[in-house]
Amino acid sequence: MAERRNVPPRLAERLLNWFVKDDLAEEISGDLEERFYADVRATSSFRAACNYWYQVIHYLRPFALRKSIWMSSANYAMYRSHVKIGYRNILANKWYSLMNIGGLALGMAATLLVGIWIYDELSYNREFENYDTIAQVMQTQNFSGEIKTDGNQPMQLAPVLRTDYADYFRHVVTSSFINNELLTVGENGATKITRTGNFMEPGIAHMLALQMLKGSRDALEDPGSMLLSETTAKALFGNDDPMGQDVQIGTMMEAQVGGVYQDLPQNSDFADLTFIAPWQLLNSTANFEERLGWGNNWFQTYVQLADRADVTQVSSLIKNAKYDNSKNGADAGSADTRPVIHLHPMKKWHLYARFENGLNTGGAIERVWLFGIIGIFILLLACINFMNLSTAKSVKRAREVGIRKTIGSFRNQLVFQFLSESFLVVFLAFVLSLLLVLCALPFFNALTDKVMSLPYANGWFWLVCVLFIFCTGCIAGSYPAFYLSSFRPIKVLKGTFSGGKGASNLRRAFVVFQFTISVVLVLGTVTVYRQIQHVKERPLGYDKNQILYVPINSPEVRKGFKTIRSELLLSSSIEEVAASDVLITGTVVTNSGFDWKGKDPAMSEEFRTLRSTHGFGNMIHWEIKEGRDFSRDFKSDSLAFLINETAANYMNLENPVGEMVQWGTNGSFKIVGVVKDMVTNSPYEAVKPTIFTLHYGGFLNFINLKLSREDTTQEALTHIEKVFQKYDPKSLFTYHFLDEQYARNFIDEERTGKLASFFALLAIFISCLGILGLSVFVAEQRTKEIGVRKVLGASVLSLWKLLTRDFLVLVFISCCIAIPIGYYYMNEWIQEYTYRTELHWWIFAVAVLGTLAITLLTVSFQSIKVAINNPVKSLKTE
Amino acid sequence: MKETRLGEFEEIILLLVGILEQEAYALKVADEFEIQTGRKVSIGATHSTLDRLSKKGFLTSKMGKPTAQRGGRRKRVYTISATGQEALKASKELRTSLWKQFPAFINLTFQT
Repeated sequence: MAERRNVPPRLAERLLNWFVKDDLAEEISGDLEERFYADVRATSSFRAACNYWYQVIHYLRPFALRKSIWMSSANYAMYRSHVKIGYRNILANKWYSLMNIGGLALGMAATLLVGIWIYDELSYNREFENYDTIAQVMQTQNFSGEIKTDGNQPMQLAPVLRTDYADYFRHVVTSSFINNELLTVGENGATKITRTGNFMEPGIAHMLALQMLKGSRDALEDPGSMLLSETTAKALFGNDDPMGQDVQIGTMMEAQVGGVYQDLPQNSDFADLTFIAPWQLLNSTANFEERLGWGNNWFQTYVQLADRADVTQVSSLIKNAKYDNSKNGADAGSADTRPVIHLHPMKKWHLYARFENGLNTGGAIERVWLFGIIGIFILLLACINFMNLSTAKSVKRAREVGIRKTIGSFRNQLVFQFLSESFLVVFLAFVLSLLLVLCALPFFNALTDKVMSLPYANGWFWLVCVLFIFCTGCIAGSYPAFYLSSFRPIKVLKGTFSGGKGASNLRRAFVVFQFTISVVLVLGTVTVYRQIQHVKERPLGYDKNQILYVPINSPEVRKGFKTIRSELLLSSSIEEVAASDVLITGTVVTNSGFDWKGKDPAMSEEFRTLRSTHGFGNMIHWEIKEGRDFSRDFKSDSLAFLINETAANYMNLENPVGEMVQWGTNGSFKIVGVVKDMVTNSPYEAVKPTIFTLHYGGFLNFINLKLSREDTTQEALTHIEKVFQKYDPKSLFTYHFLDEQYARNFIDEERTGKLASFFALLAIFISCLGILGLSVFVAEQRTKEIGVRKVLGASVLSLWKLLTRDFLVLVFISCCIAIPIGYYYMNEWIQEYTYRTELHWWIFAVAVLGTLAITLLTVSFQSIKVAINNPVKSLKTE
Repeated sequence: MKETRLGEFEEIILLLVGILEQEAYALKVADEFEIQTGRKVSIGATHSTLDRLSKKGFLTSKMGKPTAQRGGRRKRVYTISATGQEALKASKELRTSLWKQFPAFINLTFQT
């Protein structure tokens, strides 16, 4: 009785019967069953069932499999014939195939490029071994309601974190900001190069897991020894051994090379870290200990978390570390902004860098999404072309399908045939697209300012490619495959078949979809360029032309400024010379601690400040609204302020001239004038309250020079270089033009604009390719009709109208759909800028008319050709 | 299909078919193989070898009587054909001749 309940597993039996040959089925299932019952008696029914499965699976051998499962030679011939017929079809319709494969290849190439770009963006910083545990300490401060988050920290923070929260951190590192430094080696400064690098505490070497080629990571522990990257070491010492050599950093510091590390990865935030000098060296040279308090957010703090520490948890623990310590110190004023600190993990540095109201609200990740979506859309457009052209061509192939079906093809086989044809085309397109990508990569790299390449050696890349081909093949081939194979042979062969209403409606819908996307992209491009143009045309309030600046590298230049100035002015091609702490194109220095009559006591103010020598304002041609400029005639001007109009409003002063302002311990300053607002920050933003003051001390960083005439620039440069060589022989003489510096504000936007226009052009091109194919097809179909019409007296014009009207209507519908979508998204985008262009109606009109014109051109090309054909030709045949 | 040499596994299976006589069907051959050699083998593997040996002409087979243990299904019983016997003999002779040429082991063979 027990045996009855214990029957072999049904599923295994079913499986066996499915795959095994019929003539073997009886003996095999007999054997297995016999074994099963023997097992049940000998062991347990569970064991027996397991063994049954085991035996069934071991019957998956060629000799036992059914013919239909084991690929037979007959089937192989069928597959071969599919490929062959596909190949012949490609050759038979060369133009059509070229359009098809070319369009698809373009779409795929664009998607591949976008894919590589996204991969690059996502793998940013990922090469660091401690990617998951590194973080930067950020602070969120409240400036009278304006909440700002940044990574600037005082030097006092790191020691606090290190001692009070020792359990949570493996390393805490104070670091300066990455900077250009002059490195000098050899006797009498034989080799001088400028490299970007940083002053950092020793933990950084372990944190970044530097791959040491020479020396050890611990070298930074010694304040007299520094690390060089491989390329920097090469540049400084050539093939000589750099270890132990002296390197002079800037003019004040010197360190021995204690190690050489492998260059850091290009796509990382530390790509420019080409040397690391000990922070202690900078600290002792610049005397920071004495000068700086909790209010001087001059540095960055990096941490590596301890093994089991969690970012969010540690963030909430250290939240008040800065506030609690700063409010009690000598620098208590810095606590007014109620700083809250938190950790920003490395994996978010690149893609989630934006903070709004103290919250991490995204960043470059939006661009990744945007371009990802655009890439997919472009591919979709190309796939649609393929589908449209195939279904359109279907009428031609309908007979073939009919015959095949009559002879006895199954529908599955036909589906398979068409799918394999589409795979063939997709594969060819893919190969072509790889070539296109190879050609386009250098340009694309230049455009995106990256160093990307196709990752040939990466197995995953090829796997993704195969998947990509598969998906594209399925998307592009599915519709024709299922649609074509559904034809009823009797209808097709009788000749009453006409392609079907449903199919042509779907084609129309596809065309509308394609052009909607294209028009949206065109709208986007036009808007981006309008915005760039608008901001470029923004009146600056000063004259940036003919001004060049030289960075000050040594204290001797600061001290001897007056002599240098008068010597520079000896040249008639130099009009004016003035030094400043920041450039007028980017007043990045902010200061607080001001007090004036009528100031709201609750206000925690923040001003931009610009310190300069006399003549600076005159040189940039600023406009004084009230009062006067600084003057050498008034000795008291060393304690004078000029403020801009925004600052006057910000301070709520109706008659600012003559008012006194107390600036912390710096003294009491008198406002002597009001300057008309100038764009001294990002031109996309509103003007910030700014204070200008005279200064002849250690803060000066740049010497600005106004040239008198354009044609004597070279003369002036020779003179300037000579003077600087004389007064600062240790430094490398470098200069830049102010207008070039200003142009950098537009790099990002121009890049977006170029990318957008690239994609928009591609979309339009692919869509037009599709519509061209369709118009060829329609014209071909209606050859007879047109012939008859012509014979009966239709004019070329009326025929042209007849053939183009349909397409124009479709494109017009697309425009109607695209305008609101485009308006919505572009309005959203433009809101990010304070200083922005309007979305004028004519932008939309231009986009619509442009698209219509391009469509008309494309379609007319074919329709006119057909319309002027001799009707005799088209009617004679058959 | 013209390959007529015997592999080690094939040779043993062939011999087992000879030993089992009327009971020489896939399951029993597999069982006997396990008992005699102590090696595990699946019925499928045995079956495919039996099939291959039949195609080479070393075995013939016919369907036997249905039995109750197998749910009333018949079994395929294999018997060695004349060529099969020749192949076995040739293989044995080759081995004996090789053994004879290997002086160090002559004593060993006599002992067992």
